[in-house]
Amino acid sequence: MSDLRELYQQTILDHHRKPRNFRPLEAANRRAEGFNPLCGDQITLALRVEDGVIRDAAFQGSGCAIAKAAASMLTGSVIGLRPEEAERLFRRVHAMLTGEANGAADLGKLAVFAGVREFPGRVKCVTLAWHTLRAALAGAATPVSTE
Amino acid sequence: MTATGLAPSIAPTERWDVERIRQDFPALHQQVHGKPLVYLDSAATSQKPRAVIDALVAYYTADNANVHRGVHLLSERATEAYEGARGRIQRHLNAASAREIVFVRQATEAINLVAASFGRCFVQAGDEIVISAIEHHANIVPWQMLCEDRGARLRVVPVDDRGDLLMEEYARLLGRRTKLVAITQVSNALGTVTPIREIIGLAHAQSVPVLVDGAQAVPHLPIDVQALDCDFYVFSGHKAYGPTGIGVLYGKERWLDRMPPYQGGGDMIKVVTFDRTVYNDLPYKFEAGTPHIAGAIGLAAALDYLDALGLDRIDAYEHDLLRHGTALLTAIPGLRLIGTARHKAAVLSFVLDGVHAHDLGTILDQHGVAVRAGHHCAMPVMQRFGVPATARASLAFYNTRAELETLAAAIEHAREMLA
Repeated sequence: MSDLRELYQQTILDHHRKPRNFRPLEAANRRAEGFNPLCGDQITLALRVEDGVIRDAAFQGSGCAIAKAAASMLTGSVIGLRPEEAERLFRRVHAMLTGEANGAADLGKLAVFAGVREFPGRVKCVTLAWHTLRAALAGAATPVSTE
Repeated sequence: MTATGLAPSIAPTERWDVERIRQDFPALHQQVHGKPLVYLDSAATSQKPRAVIDALVAYYTADNANVHRGVHLLSERATEAYEGARGRIQRHLNAASAREIVFVRQATEAINLVAASFGRCFVQAGDEIVISAIEHHANIVPWQMLCEDRGARLRVVPVDDRGDLLMEEYARLLGRRTKLVAITQVSNALGTVTPIREIIGLAHAQSVPVLVDGAQAVPHLPIDVQALDCDFYVFSGHKAYGPTGIGVLYGKERWLDRMPPYQGGGDMIKVVTFDRTVYNDLPYKFEAGTPHIAGAIGLAAALDYLDALGLDRIDAYEHDLLRHGTALLTAIPGLRLIGTARHKAAVLSFVLDGVHAHDLGTILDQHGVAVRAGHHCAMPVMQRFGVPATARASLAFYNTRAELETLAAAIEHAREMLA
């Protein structure tokens, strides 16, 4: 059960119950849909990018606690970043989740997802929002899928 | 050698003793995450009795050779065991002839075989195939592919909020254009037991053949294809306590005879020249290449085991479990059963307010409880009931009332954590 507490940390549960930036974003100029066909999780991520900076980020959709918390914390983390900085952040989150990087020293709040590493079946729940972010920044026309 | 397998721990005349039956299943006796395994995912695949494992080991240890080829002793023994298994399956289904039993990889391949072969022969542009709203993807997608290929149309029998088929709608869908009805006997996602005799009767009244997906029925119910009068019946070995990679297509000889081969290769031919090939007789016409010999033998051992326990007794015990599980789960606040058909097999599919099925699956796993969380390869069912996914506890005769109590306690824990 200690692994469960590592997975469902208080911060994650808090974002699951009260997701941040869970709203439509009418002023968005980047948008993408992400889908996890294994569990039916689906999110829409909307961004407002101006002068090469992500000024606003919001999401909508449905998913498990991990997926919702991941999307919620992603939006909070990327507002104010340049797209290339967001991409570098994605790489570091990914490395933490797949065990390529030791620990999560420089990830700040996003380090709460380190516990997901012990649950390989749940890694995609975190990465769904991040893949969707990349698709939105790349201007992808078709929904991204975790599979 | 014919695979006989080991007898179950209890004889048909003895009192049902689940603890002794559990001794026949080695995989049940282990810990996961430091907790005793509670295996409630038998609808995905069942655990295997020692009788099946031993039959596989015995075959590979003593008889392994290719079938229908060698004149040497091992090949003769392998052929005898493989054909013995076919006979065993014929008896289990009460098929009229062993020629009507085709070995395939699983129910999915059996349906694809019928869609490709029957479809090529009998389905034209404007024709219709009737399926139901509670089918597994395996009984949807092959028909969609066929319809797309032939310019035919897929018609879907709707279900009510309990998960029962709307039979009046079904009757209305049948018509001159209907070329085949393909419907499940037991729904994997909901547990609905469909009125399959009535379904077949209504179709036959209009001279429409019927394929029955028995993947979830064979593990729980006695099957008599002649009494059902179905035209095709398909199932997978691995859900019926047999090995993975082996399944069965039953088809009435008069259909199979007229259908072209599904795949070409060895064993399905009589004579091959570069000018022409003469196809083999039934059932070999549909069995190209070296088959899963050990799998067929293992499946026969599984059916021996099931029959020795007695499918009537299995059914009665599983229904007792289902009643107990239903009572325990419906007492949990915020839990909603998805699938409450009048006749149900051993499936408890559910959603819990505020807790996604995926989180539930992870938390239950930490309690040692193995359930399936997701769409159960039945996305249209999820759409029909307006849920992205469900958690599904599927029961087998080796489960206990105490295990269901562990399940209920683990769900309570998940609710406390997340809801």
